[in-house]
Amino acid sequence: MIWLNSIAQGILLGGLFAMSAVGLSIAFGVMRIVNLAHGDLMTLGGYLAFITIKYSGMSTWYTLIIVVPVMAVIGYYVQRILFQRALRMGELAPLMVTFGISIIIPNAFTQLYTNNVQQLPVGSLATSSIQLNNMVSIGTFPLLTLCLSIILIAALQQYMARTKMGRYMRAAADDSEILRLMGVDHRKVYGVAMGISFATLTLAGVLFGMRQGGVSPYDGHLTVLFAFETVIIGGLGSLWGTVLGGIVLGVAQTVAGQFSPEIPLLVGHLVFLGVLAFRPNGLLGKEALR
Amino acid sequence: MSSVVVERSRKKSLLGAVFAILILVVLIIAPKILDQSITSEWVKLFYLITLASMWNLLAGYAGMISVGQQAFIGLGAYGVFVFNDHGMSTYESGIIATLIVGVIAIPLSFLAFRLRGGYFAIGTWVIAETVRLIVTRFPNLGAGKGRSVAHYTSAPELRNLYTYWMALGFLAFALIASFTLLRSRLGLGLQSIRDNEVAANSIGIKVNWVKRVVYVIAAMGCAGAGSVICVQAIGVASPNEIFGVGYSAFMIFMVLIGGLGTIEGPVIGAFIYYFTDKYFSQSGLWYLVIIGLLAIFVTLFFPKGIWGEINARWNISLFPVSYQVVPKKE
Repeated sequence: MIWLNSIAQGILLGGLFAMSAVGLSIAFGVMRIVNLAHGDLMTLGGYLAFITIKYSGMSTWYTLIIVVPVMAVIGYYVQRILFQRALRMGELAPLMVTFGISIIIPNAFTQLYTNNVQQLPVGSLATSSIQLNNMVSIGTFPLLTLCLSIILIAALQQYMARTKMGRYMRAAADDSEILRLMGVDHRKVYGVAMGISFATLTLAGVLFGMRQGGVSPYDGHLTVLFAFETVIIGGLGSLWGTVLGGIVLGVAQTVAGQFSPEIPLLVGHLVFLGVLAFRPNGLLGKEALR
Repeated sequence: MSSVVVERSRKKSLLGAVFAILILVVLIIAPKILDQSITSEWVKLFYLITLASMWNLLAGYAGMISVGQQAFIGLGAYGVFVFNDHGMSTYESGIIATLIVGVIAIPLSFLAFRLRGGYFAIGTWVIAETVRLIVTRFPNLGAGKGRSVAHYTSAPELRNLYTYWMALGFLAFALIASFTLLRSRLGLGLQSIRDNEVAANSIGIKVNWVKRVVYVIAAMGCAGAGSVICVQAIGVASPNEIFGVGYSAFMIFMVLIGGLGTIEGPVIGAFIYYFTDKYFSQSGLWYLVIIGLLAIFVTLFFPKGIWGEINARWNISLFPVSYQVVPKKE
């Protein structure tokens, strides 16, 4: 029964991994940008939430209403000003630029707010849970994150399938030159895609911080790996694949935690490397963003 | 009668080679002449140049962007403990560890090469984290807390001297290996892979084999640098630092500033980083923020780096690896 419980916890954790991976998947799918700063931008989102709480005293949940749109706008302009320029220069430049960002964010926040964990309180939801039986209990907060993550991915799927901008994004993913020939400003499309990427990663970053009890500067160097492993395990370019990838990674970590509290990270990485060795296209194979 | 010839080594560069050998000889005997407090400071410079050259070999010539070379730096450092505990001197341990890391890099390359481009980059990072988590599981390697070398040369002058020669040896290995590799057939294949992997494959270059050779050499160079870091500090203070992604940041910074895809560039970049580190590292982490900003700035506005700009303006190359068409002299 204790195993059933840890599998249940793993599935819930997987929801959060999936949410953090969606933005990475979109940035790669549409722009071919591998954002090495993905995790650190999640940390930035967490800190923005913390700063908002500090100055306004509102609950962490309400800060999302401010922080997520702000990060979306930042994402749009980071794409237009920095990444767009880098993209023109070849494959190396976007990687270097995002790596530069991933060095700046944690060190700047360590200087500004020390190495300590800054609280992101969950409120009354933190302790409430649904008791299924005497061994298995589902925390309300993790359950909420899993539901949010599934709603988010379903909504993005619909956005990609049905809206004009979504169609442009899929077209850009296939062939951005042709999109340009059709008279669409691909830079705007890229900007919006990066905005979506930033918005989702911020949501994930704040929720991750709430789950961990707070946000600390170097969290991003861990979360970027989780997000990346989730994308690869699920299969490149598949949004629903990220849900599966997240669940596989989450279950691997929580089940390993049952054996020893020191090995969840290691087992998570090993599962990823195993998938890489035996199913290099991921569990759901190659279904492009469509 | 054709009026042009294709050449590689010109008189200027022959001069460069003589100059390089002279410098090497001077550097070998330097600690006997100069004060040791000066020369042991150079050890850091030597391993920085080694690291930068290895990263440049990967990214600048083979198009493989790794943010996980710290796996090999850490393994080189921890390898010193393993062989030192079995009775070898620290210097022998460093050399053996470097060779063993070369062997370990072969199976790892099969995993890493499953991924391309940016995903390769994060893949190498995951591998580095995995290696760190495995190494820190061993209690006799100090677990998560680091440890110190058990048997080392007790006389400080001799220790400094040997460490200096060891660092210089790995540096010479790194530079000579890059230079000869790039001038060989393999090097030509390598650069064609960087420019277009599919096209390289279609003209009969064994893409994965060539990349694997480079990956293994780069791993060994980084392991050598790691063992020097360990021997100089008589141990590893923190596994999180020696396996930290910070090393990748410094390597990338040095190569970008100096000039990616040139042999001279990483050397210049290492000098610049060495002096920035020496004078600004006390000013806290803001200096890392500046390094990040500079990396972005150089990437976007000076992608050729310092040596690349010099080379473009005056067309000099101290270590020529590419062919050029020049007017024939009568």
